[in-house]
Amino acid sequence: MTASSSVGVLVPSRLRRGATRSGLKILIDGAFSVLLFVGTIVGVIALATLIWTIFDDGWARLVADPVAFMTSYVSRLPARAGIKAALAGSAYLMVLTALFCFPVGVGAAIYLEEFAPRNRVTNFVEANIANLAGVPSVVYGLLGLGIFARFLRMGPSLVAGALTLAVMSLPVIIVAARESIRAVPDGIRLGAFALGATRWQTVRRQVLPAAMPGTLTGTILALSRAIGETAPLLVIGLPIVIFSLPNDLRDPVSALPLLIFDWTSRPQAAFAAAAAAASIVLLALLLAMNAVAIFLRNRYTIRW
Amino acid sequence: MSIARRNVRTGERVIVNALFACAVLSVAVTVGIVAVLLVDAVEFFRESSLVDFLTGTVWAPGQGGGEGGQYGVLPLINGTLMIGLGSIVVGLPLGVLTAIYLSEYAKPRVRGVLKPTLEILAGIPTVIVGYFALQFITPSLLRPIFGDDRVFVFNAAAGSIAVGLMILPIIASISEDAMRSVPASLREAAYGLGSTKRQVSLRVVVPAALSGIAASVILAFSRAVGETMAVTIAAGNSPKMTFDYFTSIQTLTASIAQTVSGEAAAGTVRYNALFALGLTLFVITLAMNLISARIVRRFRQVYS
Repeated sequence: MTASSSVGVLVPSRLRRGATRSGLKILIDGAFSVLLFVGTIVGVIALATLIWTIFDDGWARLVADPVAFMTSYVSRLPARAGIKAALAGSAYLMVLTALFCFPVGVGAAIYLEEFAPRNRVTNFVEANIANLAGVPSVVYGLLGLGIFARFLRMGPSLVAGALTLAVMSLPVIIVAARESIRAVPDGIRLGAFALGATRWQTVRRQVLPAAMPGTLTGTILALSRAIGETAPLLVIGLPIVIFSLPNDLRDPVSALPLLIFDWTSRPQAAFAAAAAAASIVLLALLLAMNAVAIFLRNRYTIRW
Repeated sequence: MSIARRNVRTGERVIVNALFACAVLSVAVTVGIVAVLLVDAVEFFRESSLVDFLTGTVWAPGQGGGEGGQYGVLPLINGTLMIGLGSIVVGLPLGVLTAIYLSEYAKPRVRGVLKPTLEILAGIPTVIVGYFALQFITPSLLRPIFGDDRVFVFNAAAGSIAVGLMILPIIASISEDAMRSVPASLREAAYGLGSTKRQVSLRVVVPAALSGIAASVILAFSRAVGETMAVTIAAGNSPKMTFDYFTSIQTLTASIAQTVSGEAAAGTVRYNALFALGLTLFVITLAMNLISARIVRRFRQVYS
């Protein structure tokens, strides 16, 4: 009697407590997943707002006369100012930067992955590359200013700018190239060795071609970051107001981010619109580079 | 071994040496950075004492060559810390929520959309983020909420939000890596004890990935400290000892950018001061990167 009544009292209350607790739990769990989703979507909304702001401010200025905008030099009159020198300068800088840093970056990656003995020197070089990747871009600018522009007497020139950007991109390219070299399976190397190939022949004819899509993808992504950089070019003193295109490595050039910075800093609203229009051009350029990188990755990457 | 050694021809040795040179070039870059910063910083400290630099509360470079100016770095450190802390306040909660969502909750298809979106956010040139902060965050977000007379045109809050958006992808992606490297057995054990997804995420995955999250925050802080363009454009150029986020401040990086665009002539006190600032920046970011790398190495070892 007592036992059954105590059970009769206890069981429903336990069930009830269990029921309310799991009800609350479901509520908290639901609230938490909503919070996670909201937290995640804030970043997406911020990106969308940024792109919308740039287009809202700059689209009209860009499409009013896109040809004139791209083929005019800068001007004190915002309505007549164009991005010719900056756009060309960025293109020259990009090509030259790639020429400087691609061979060295890939060479360093090949050495570290294929030839480097496991010793202190190698460890030191690896730690050093990891640290270089974390150096602020403005410090690379000071390096460029102190060594390329002043010590080597290049001045604020195309070659000084490209070397600075190349040095800055080097660690990124080395890391990307190493990853794609590491992804080539050892069976390929052993097969080549078994056929009598030397280490270099193996690397040159087997490993490198297989690793090339990933390396190129990494290089293009590194270049697209370099081309969006302002601070290092500002620090080495590349000009903004310039009315010629470079004929020589030692000629001064401007760059798109520099021009955007200059126009953004001016008080007139018309210059802000021009800055936004130039930003659209820069974003389009970066988008195109990224599209090429993704295409290379998807089209040519070998899945082992 | 003896067979391999016989196969190494002289040509091959030349190639290997060239590849080694590529790898060592990265060390030369580090040496170059340190040398450039030290040489001119030492020149600066010969004219302006190190103690005054490190303890002075006024940063007021003299006009022209900069003689007779006051060179106390504390206002710039103050501004840099404000941006660093402010951007962490913005980026840390959003980044960690995003990481939990991506690692534990998101379906593969949603993840496949969100990850590239975050990469795009990380790839927006900093000068464009600066434009966004100046033209949208301050006038359309901060001023309507806090009042026009309270929020200055250039303010630390806008700079912090802008930099916070830039470091969000860093925190999200490194934290997500750490969370995904938590073994599934831990999650399954928690589910087996009756935990819900929220409890598994918050009481098992996040604590287990805590060192990775900490490393991501330190790395993000280091990036925020080194960020130049967004803070130069949005946070202003008035070095101040303040903690008011709605007023104009100046960071170490912005001070470098401002001095250079004002074109300090080589060899002057003002020019040398640039390198003292660069050295300060380099030491701060290097220390944080080393701490972060050490923590990452530790958490990688725990579960392998």
